[in-house]
Amino acid sequence: MRDFEYEAPSTLASAIEQIVQGNGSVKALAGGTDLIDHIRTGRLRPNLVVDVKKIPELNVLEVGSEGLRLGAAVSCTRIYENAEICEKYSALTDACHIIGGIQVQNRASVGGNLCNSGPAADSIPALIALDATCVIAGPQGSREIAVEDFCTAPGRNVLESGEILVELNMPARPAHSGSHYLRFIPRNEMDIAVVGVGASVTLDDSGQNFVSARIGIGAVAPTPLFAKEASEVLFGLPVNEESINKAVEAARAIATPITDMRGTIEFRKHITGVLTKRALEKAIERARQ
Amino acid sequence: MAKKRVVSTKINGRPVEFLCEPRQTLLEVLRESLDLIGTKEGCSNGNCGACTVLIEGQPVDSCLVLAVEAEGASIETIEGVAKGSELHPLQKAFLEEAALQCGICTPGLIMSAKALLAKNPDPTEEEIRFALAGNLCRCTGYDKIVRAVQSAAKCCADTTAN
Ligand SMILES: Cc1cc2nc3c(=O)[nH]c(=O)nc-3n(C[C@H](O)[C@H](O)[C@H](O)COP(=O)(O)OP(=O)(O)OC[C@H]3O[C@@H](n4cnc5c(N)ncnc54)[C@H](O)[C@@H]3O)c2cc1C
Ligand code: FES
Ligand code: FES
Repeated sequence: MRDFEYEAPSTLASAIEQIVQGNGSVKALAGGTDLIDHIRTGRLRPNLVVDVKKIPELNVLEVGSEGLRLGAAVSCTRIYENAEICEKYSALTDACHIIGGIQVQNRASVGGNLCNSGPAADSIPALIALDATCVIAGPQGSREIAVEDFCTAPGRNVLESGEILVELNMPARPAHSGSHYLRFIPRNEMDIAVVGVGASVTLDDSGQNFVSARIGIGAVAPTPLFAKEASEVLFGLPVNEESINKAVEAARAIATPITDMRGTIEFRKHITGVLTKRALEKAIERARQ
Repeated sequence: MAKKRVVSTKINGRPVEFLCEPRQTLLEVLRESLDLIGTKEGCSNGNCGACTVLIEGQPVDSCLVLAVEAEGASIETIEGVAKGSELHPLQKAFLEEAALQCGICTPGLIMSAKALLAKNPDPTEEEIRFALAGNLCRCTGYDKIVRAVQSAAKCCADTTAN
């Protein structure tokens, strides 16, 4: 592997200072499940690697009345081993359970999955469905951005040089809410999504009508998408097949996939519809529990 | 060149200090500096699991861990699994069930299975298959591996019961 320096700062301030001093040739290291391979294969050529796992703010994992605070470096395993998060933020834990095998889940963070900004990254449609906000820190202070605006192109995002992702905040879950993330892959596990869909719904007290919904879609465009129309079309509608089909049509309409070894355009569009339906149905089932 | 670092760890229960460059993976250091060659290198990119070791009891791919990250960590490798000449129940079960052919996947599989049984002493077949999904085997077709883990689980349960 190419030569680089390594730092493991224990405060956010020193991490930002080191990243700024590294002058563009720096990469943050969380679980390393993307980064180490990218350095080995020469896709990334940092002179300095800053391990962010010792920074307290990036290790926060709190669920309370304010919602969920998820530090950017928290591993998938830590997330899904928390029963309350599994219950309230199921779409997120569904995604964490399918990112690689156990060895990868023990290291891989959701922050790293987001910052790697792959179009098929499994956590991102789930984060979109759960309405996550990214908290970013840099030499100019901190700023927040909606997760659906974070990725800008395959492998690219809004982080400016010197900035790091600190945490992801998700709002508290209203009563009668449920969520789900699922993907289509040709195998049972350890593969890259052909399409991935995250859905979250909130129903009224009767459990018969949608109050609100959010749908995120992965692997059908250069970045994961917030399916705004597909989500909003459901507001106020009764929970039935006709309503769900409206969301399915709207979700298919925004999918602009490519043909590659994992699937053709037609296939991916079709699967987008199928998975939107299944994600909604499971989210509804969970909302009613 | 980046200067070498001293890293203090515990490996298989014993304190071990080593010198490494930041760019060296834990796998490289285990095999090349510490002569712990039981941990295997298959793909070097996190797909095959041949390099699986336990850090704080959790399986990780040592090819995707920088050796410098192991500062202060407690690491377990295949070399620490047998107690002297007494094989671990998983090792015995792999032999008895003929769960290996070429053997390159075996150390990683044993480490993953050991972590599984520590967490879940009585796993279902499906749980075993999911827990071992990050370990590829090109020879056996997996059935014998799953049977070996089941038989080790049973044997551990029997010994605890006695
Ligand atoms: C065998 C295998 C299977 C996989 N399967 C899947 C899968 O099924 N689904 C899936 O989505 N992914 C999968 N991945 C990819 C990978 O595991 C995920 O993208 C992982 O979540 C990345 O997290 P990490 O903590 O390891 O990030 P790292 O590798 O540490 O970092 C990833 C990138 O983000 C940057 N970064 C990390 N943290 C920050 C931060 N706080 N601020 C700014 N930049 C940061 C790094 O500099 C790097 O460029 C797989 C990987 C492997 C090796
Ligand atoms: S060598 Fe590490 S996973 Fe293959
Ligand atoms: S026994 Fe040969 S790879 Fe598993």
